[in-house]
Amino acid sequence: MMIKVLKAGFYSAIQDKGRFGFANIGMPIAGVMDSYAANIANHVLHNNLANAVLEIAFNNAVFQFINATQICISGADFSAKINGKLVKLNAIINVKKDDVLSFGTIKFGARTYVAVAGGFQSETILGSRSMFKEITKTSQLKNGDVLLFQEQIHLRNPLNASIKVNKNYFEDDKLICFKGPEFDLLSEKQQHKLCNANFSISNDINRMGFRLNERLENTLSGIVTSAVLPGTVQLTPSGKLIVLMKDCQVTGGYPRILQLKENSLGKLAQKKPTDKICFVLH
Amino acid sequence: MQNKPTYKRFGERAILIAWDTEISVAVSEDILRFQNKILKDKKEHILDIIAAYTSLTIVFKEEIKDFEKIVLELQTIYEAVFLSVKIQKYIWEIPVCYHNEFGIDLQEMAQYSGLETSEIIKIHSEKIYNIHFIGFLPGFLYLGGLDKRIYFNRKENPRLKVPKGSVAIGGKQTGIYPTETSGGWQIIGKSPVNFFNINNKQPCFAKAGDFVKFTSISKAAYHLLKKEVDENLYKLSKTLYDD
Repeated sequence: MMIKVLKAGFYSAIQDKGRFGFANIGMPIAGVMDSYAANIANHVLHNNLANAVLEIAFNNAVFQFINATQICISGADFSAKINGKLVKLNAIINVKKDDVLSFGTIKFGARTYVAVAGGFQSETILGSRSMFKEITKTSQLKNGDVLLFQEQIHLRNPLNASIKVNKNYFEDDKLICFKGPEFDLLSEKQQHKLCNANFSISNDINRMGFRLNERLENTLSGIVTSAVLPGTVQLTPSGKLIVLMKDCQVTGGYPRILQLKENSLGKLAQKKPTDKICFVLH
Repeated sequence: MQNKPTYKRFGERAILIAWDTEISVAVSEDILRFQNKILKDKKEHILDIIAAYTSLTIVFKEEIKDFEKIVLELQTIYEAVFLSVKIQKYIWEIPVCYHNEFGIDLQEMAQYSGLETSEIIKIHSEKIYNIHFIGFLPGFLYLGGLDKRIYFNRKENPRLKVPKGSVAIGGKQTGIYPTETSGGWQIIGKSPVNFFNINNKQPCFAKAGDFVKFTSISKAAYHLLKKEVDENLYKLSKTLYDD
């Protein structure tokens, strides 16, 4: 059972929950940037939530189904269409042989997820199918690639399987955080600004980290290299903030001033350059 | 015996354990001993464990509900007498070609420091370095024990591309770039050895607690060994470390 990548677009890749248990050899976790959206896509299809999905960042990707199956699209709204006709998000979609799935105008969000009944069957490396540079054969899909999935004997009735997703998830600018290990080293003034000012997303965003535009006066020196996690907010020497995302390294040397809650990390993954955010302590 | 570590919550499901001390072999050993005890007693609850110079971060599978209770459990594990099977530690012999073609910063380093390039090489390849932990990139070893005479500041402008296998010095540290990446360390040589190979059962041959010794090799030997590594014929030389 196959899906052909006609146009990979800006970034499309296979991702699952990520690689765990290998931090001791320096392995980043990787995995879906927005687990909430990926979980919905799998859940609607009655898939295991650990099944691999297709992550598409920004729009312009086109796929063709070589075999019939069922899919669910969740996350950002890129005006998904089957054979040119708009389809619903967060619902089971029946696709027939030769159907073409395309994405166009961005309505909201930055990353959309396509789950297929039974999950994608790409290579598993160290317990995960998540694509990552030099770990899997490719780090992202390219035009002409073929994605494999399992044939499903028991298809679901699409009429009674959809989930209502609150659009607030994509519009909310509040990111809920814990204090990071070095939060208490900040002055009261710095802490106040960090938790009350608005920040905006810069153009420098990727799966390793999102840099923010505004500066926070920085008087701290670096730390002795120590663990960082997806969702760690680092304060760089220039005073700019970096929020680490799923492909981040396992250790770092910048002060860790906040730690995003996992749900907020998913929300952040749906932001675009210039979008506003603010940090709210848990 | 080290000072007792302190415990901090690190997000929804992680705890950062920190030792308030300088970097040393002794604290690294304490961290590894604690890590092994935790993995022995609580493995089924743990998603990942990240050791570093003076810290150990435990990521749990579930969200932490009762932080104090878990800290108490961890403290008990730390205090308990640990009758473990002795973990075998190895000294890995890493061939390095320090030829100018690979050690592209050696000349400048020699001018800056007043040492001959041959002295820098001699000092670098004489020492036995201990592996504190592995981080930064898959297979990047954080090595301790660099001789003070060859501390060199990082480059002001990091290189966008440092070739895979480059052996370098950054401040008080030395290391090997396991893949091509950007980096600001001073490059003194190149090793043909693969530090990360996804096709091996153990993708990284070394582990925290092991040791590394660099051996200077000629350019001809480098190319010969590189060919062996690429054809999967090369076998690293290791000796058991007796402490």
